[in-house]
Amino acid sequence: MAGMVSSPAAPPELAVDVRDLTVRFDDFVAVDGVSFSVPTGSVLGLLGPNGAGKTTTVRVLATLLPASGGSASIFGHDVQHDAHRVRSLVGLTGQYASVDEELTARENLMVFARLLRFSRAGARRRTAELLEEFSLTDAANRSLKHFSGGMRRRLDLATSLLAEPPLIFLDEPTTGLDPRTRQQMWETIRRLVRGGSTVVLTTQYLEEADQLADNIVVIDHGKVVAEGSADDLKASVGSGRLRLSLVDDGDLPTASLVMEQIAGHSVETEADRTLVVPVAGASLVTDVLIALRDKGIEVSEVGVHKPTLDEVFFQITGNPRKEGA
Amino acid sequence: MTAATAQSRAQRRQRDNLTRRPSVASTAATSLTLAARGLLKIRHNPFRLFDVVALPIVSTAMFAGIFGGAIAGSVSNYLPNLVPGVLVQVAVTAAVNTGVQLCEDVDQGVFDRFRSMPIARIAPLIGALTADVVRYIVAAAMVVLVGTLMGYTPHSWPGLLLGCLLVIYTAFALSWVFAFLGVRMPSAPAVQGASMFVLMPMTFISNALVPTTNMPSWIKWLADINPVSHLVTAVRQLANQGSVGMDIIWSLVGATLIMLIMAPIAVHAYIRKT
Ligand SMILES: Nc1ncnc2c1ncn2[C@@H]1O[C@H](COP(=O)(O)OP(=O)(O)O)[C@@H](O)[C@H]1O
Ligand SMILES: [Mg+2]
Repeated sequence: MAGMVSSPAAPPELAVDVRDLTVRFDDFVAVDGVSFSVPTGSVLGLLGPNGAGKTTTVRVLATLLPASGGSASIFGHDVQHDAHRVRSLVGLTGQYASVDEELTARENLMVFARLLRFSRAGARRRTAELLEEFSLTDAANRSLKHFSGGMRRRLDLATSLLAEPPLIFLDEPTTGLDPRTRQQMWETIRRLVRGGSTVVLTTQYLEEADQLADNIVVIDHGKVVAEGSADDLKASVGSGRLRLSLVDDGDLPTASLVMEQIAGHSVETEADRTLVVPVAGASLVTDVLIALRDKGIEVSEVGVHKPTLDEVFFQITGNPRKEGA
Repeated sequence: MTAATAQSRAQRRQRDNLTRRPSVASTAATSLTLAARGLLKIRHNPFRLFDVVALPIVSTAMFAGIFGGAIAGSVSNYLPNLVPGVLVQVAVTAAVNTGVQLCEDVDQGVFDRFRSMPIARIAPLIGALTADVVRYIVAAAMVVLVGTLMGYTPHSWPGLLLGCLLVIYTAFALSWVFAFLGVRMPSAPAVQGASMFVLMPMTFISNALVPTTNMPSWIKWLADINPVSHLVTAVRQLANQGSVGMDIIWSLVGATLIMLIMAPIAVHAYIRKT
């Protein structure tokens, strides 16, 4: 299925170019011939369930892990042979926070800034900037032990941005965050993108890739199973979905039967008692509504939507989406 | 701060960093920054110094009490022999703990960040080992302090100071051995166990606590060739006679050789660790 959707006109420069990347751990193949590229200035979503090989891929790209086969380059520099150069072009926010637990937020930023060869005054200035930008100023002098998951992520991300790297890897940036913190993280990522950074983010959340990514690469068991824009992927699944809510839940069985007969697909009843059925065209929607009115069933809400990425993913991999970490 | 200056600042830094390899000077600067990080950690968690504070107190007091009367007739007669012995014992044990703490540290996410940054790969290791020199200094100072409180006065204070420096240097050299174990072994207790397995006989089958004269002949033979004995003798000569003997040369040469051999091996193991 890979490559089923043509990529947009190739821009002059690729931030990331991965060809046939393979990573083996002893006998186990964690990444199996993965290829994709990321145009400079765009956002790539690397989407896949737990264990798909997302972290392994990102670790190779960030020079933390050697590839067993294939090649990968960052802005034209090979990750294996030109590792030091690559390191000065990327910022990595790993799946697990890679900050110094025993230091305060400010000390963390100071130490890393000094490592990046900021002058003492420059490090202090940049630290203050980032603490402010990531709303950590109030907690700056507190030990990380008392930080929430969201604060830790923000500090981790701030640390990755110290040197304003042109390419940023975010490995599951919102896994384990509550919805509000997640929204904030999304906003932060959007701000980065507006600032011109190229971003590669991995996620298990289809919605997240849909919200943030220009292009999506779906991987499963170490292989690319689909790629394209979110809309491309949705379009590839074809038909739309009709969703209905009823005024009286007592009508659910009858309504369900009517919908099934007309649409020719089985009807799904969601947790909030919404009925969902795939429909081939708009005229079928009219048919359903008329049939329901004839039976005296009152509809409270109605909508037709393109399939969600959840449904796309289900269709591609045959696995239901996994929730959580 | 305008966006334009921020941009040019970033570009300048990226150009500076966009070399193939870090230079020796930048490696040294990075290692120092990371050593400073080690000291910050001690400041936040002074319990990291527990071993180098508690062990000298317990060892000096305990061995003086146990062996003092039997070996030298009295505690005060025994102290000139004991203080150099405990100095060496405590410093070597502190070097083991360098490896143990390193083993815990390198598994933390922060070492991933070090590896993903444009800094010399060996800098975190050098930084950690350098910061630990502070621990050896504390250990040596504690032994001298406790010894003095118990009534010890060296024949030569400068000699004792030189002896302490020699011990600290040796501990630093040995810490490369334990750093290697710390990087290679799966868990901190494993490092502790393996190191102690070697260190217990090394420090006890020596002249550190008791003279070797009355030991059974094969143990005496082992004790006499034990490098720990030579180091202890060197410190005793410096502190009690104010003189420089062959043992000092042997200790310096030995420690330097160990470091020359083990540092590259430890560094290699650290770099290979993924
Ligand atoms: N160091 C390792 N040794 C052995 N197997 C590993 C190692 N790292 C990851 N794996 C395996 O490789 C597969 C992919 O892992 P990972 O890249 O972490 O997946 P994801 O990030 O998509 O959840 C998993 O089955 C995982 O168990
Ligand atoms: Mg992962």
